[in-house]
Amino acid sequence: MELQTLTYLVVGASFALYIGIAIWSRAGSTKDFYVAGGGVHPVANGMATAADWMSAASFISMAGMIAFMGYGGSVFLMGWTGGFVILAMFLAPYLRKYGKFTVPEFIGDRFYSKAARAVAVVCLIICSVTYVIGQMKGIGVAFSRFLEVDYGTGLLVGMCIVFFYAVLGGMKGITYTQIAQYCVLIMAYTIPAIFISLNLTGNPFPQLGLGSTLTGTDTYLLDKLDQMVMELGFNQYTTEYRLSGLNMFAYTASLMIGTAGLPHVIIRFFTVPKVRDARSSAGWALLFIAILYTTAPAVAGMARLNLMQTIEPTPGEYLEYDKRPDWFRNWETTGLLAFEDKNGDGRIQYSADTTTNEMVTVDNDIMVLANPEIAQLPNWVIALVAAGGLAAALSTAAGLLLAIASAISHDLLKGMIAPGISERAELRASRVAMAAAIVGAGYLGFNPPGFAAGTVALAFGLAASSIFPALMMGIFSKRTTKEGAIAGMVAGIGVTLFYVFQHKGIMFIASTAFLGDMPANWFLGIEPNAFGAVGAVVNFAVAMLVSRVTSAPPASVQELVEHIRVPAGASAAQDH
Amino acid sequence: MSRLTEAQALAYWRRNLALMFKLLVVWFVVSFGCGILLVDVLNQIQIGGYKLGFWFAQQGSIYVFVVLIFYYTRQMAKLDREFNVEED
Repeated sequence: MELQTLTYLVVGASFALYIGIAIWSRAGSTKDFYVAGGGVHPVANGMATAADWMSAASFISMAGMIAFMGYGGSVFLMGWTGGFVILAMFLAPYLRKYGKFTVPEFIGDRFYSKAARAVAVVCLIICSVTYVIGQMKGIGVAFSRFLEVDYGTGLLVGMCIVFFYAVLGGMKGITYTQIAQYCVLIMAYTIPAIFISLNLTGNPFPQLGLGSTLTGTDTYLLDKLDQMVMELGFNQYTTEYRLSGLNMFAYTASLMIGTAGLPHVIIRFFTVPKVRDARSSAGWALLFIAILYTTAPAVAGMARLNLMQTIEPTPGEYLEYDKRPDWFRNWETTGLLAFEDKNGDGRIQYSADTTTNEMVTVDNDIMVLANPEIAQLPNWVIALVAAGGLAAALSTAAGLLLAIASAISHDLLKGMIAPGISERAELRASRVAMAAAIVGAGYLGFNPPGFAAGTVALAFGLAASSIFPALMMGIFSKRTTKEGAIAGMVAGIGVTLFYVFQHKGIMFIASTAFLGDMPANWFLGIEPNAFGAVGAVVNFAVAMLVSRVTSAPPASVQELVEHIRVPAGASAAQDH
Repeated sequence: MSRLTEAQALAYWRRNLALMFKLLVVWFVVSFGCGILLVDVLNQIQIGGYKLGFWFAQQGSIYVFVVLIFYYTRQMAKLDREFNVEED
């Protein structure tokens, strides 16, 4: 069957499934809307969390980044998985025991302060909005490439789908669609990887294939890859650092802490029935995530090898431009792949030397999407990849939108502006907030601000430097006072924003970068994206100092901390 | 379900912290240790096609993380039973 028709069929079927689930799982109460009724099985929640967490960045971009960074790309693999260990031990069980609906609500109660709650709402909205723009862009790109509709139409279709199940079902609808989306995205990711691993090494497990010999030879795949990239003048694939060991350390730490502090991930743990379930659910989530994350480095290495072997089929003999394969032509039209015949010989030279390199653009993002085409896999696999990319972007967008909507309707409206509103009114308000959040995110997707690309990394930096330390101190230190927590959050976010802006420009407008984006000026050689870990340290330090000189939290708050530390007596998320 | 005395609550919390500390050491060693700080040393060792440091950074650390969480879950369930603070 024609690829185009097949893609429409597969993507259409997946959308029909999401809509069917939405109708079946309507939300009837605020508890349904915020925490899916609080009765989600830990394995189901783990699967939903995996889809919630794995965004367009994990599905589409990550393997591409690793393909071009080699060992240096490990920061994403370790950073984005190691955070779940912290989440499982430091936050999830205690926040579940506390048993309310949102992250700012905990911060407001624990630090006995509406101001602290308001600061948390602001941090949450900044992190989530910056993150959701990236998902909206991912939806638009996936549609425009695979279904050949224009970017705007694609975005609109995506928004309508999310609108349907998120507004109707809230967390309940989102949870069950995320489970379906996980299944779609993990099949879409692993099936091509299995085929490619079989082709190259004869091993059906990509995780083992990456460490195996190439079919019919005694040469290890990674050795061949190292040798090929070094012949072209690149650094050795398996040992290439990202800037420095210290930078990789800070980057990994920032991603780990940021992962544990992202509100849309944390609120997923409010949906399970018990404290014990919150612990195990984090384990299931990471297991489901690990299936993709251990496959990704194999996809990365194999895609890089395939790409180079396509361009240079025999050593020294480069591919003629006129004989380039179809996928090369297709991606050229998107502008994500570009060739420039610098020496006029009609062949495609690829090299690390920018003066002779003729592959002038190879966008990271095409590696996963073009991979099945490069490996000449059947059309249905390519169609499946399109549906998988969309599932990853839609599931994360929905989770983020719920975090934003509940912060608005529950923390701002019910918590501060109109505490007296009825449950029905709050449910209606939460649906309106959700609809508004979708329209707002859609608007930003249509008119992405110039700084959109840099902000996903910033979302992690902000979560790491503001929300995570506040939550952790709220649970592990009875002595942290409201003044300490607020000062810590403001200082942590402040120093992170300051560092990013001074190197990348205020609101990412490059001309306002007062220190310039120059590695020479980086603090200990740490790149701005990796600075969240330093911001977190500042947050902890400031909060501890300020808490020391302010009067201790009231006895009722100390009792609250005692209460959340022990599982017994955890009730289902309370209506209030 | 019984209410814990102050001393019991403290003992429970200390045991929890001790377990967390132990697991965090492992968490740190496999990722920051083997994957970043000691990577060049471990890369001298090769297992199949993988240099060992590279393997920890791109595969091994992730497997260990999964095991750590499930181990934590199991140990905490035991601790909850011992102090009689499990739910239901």
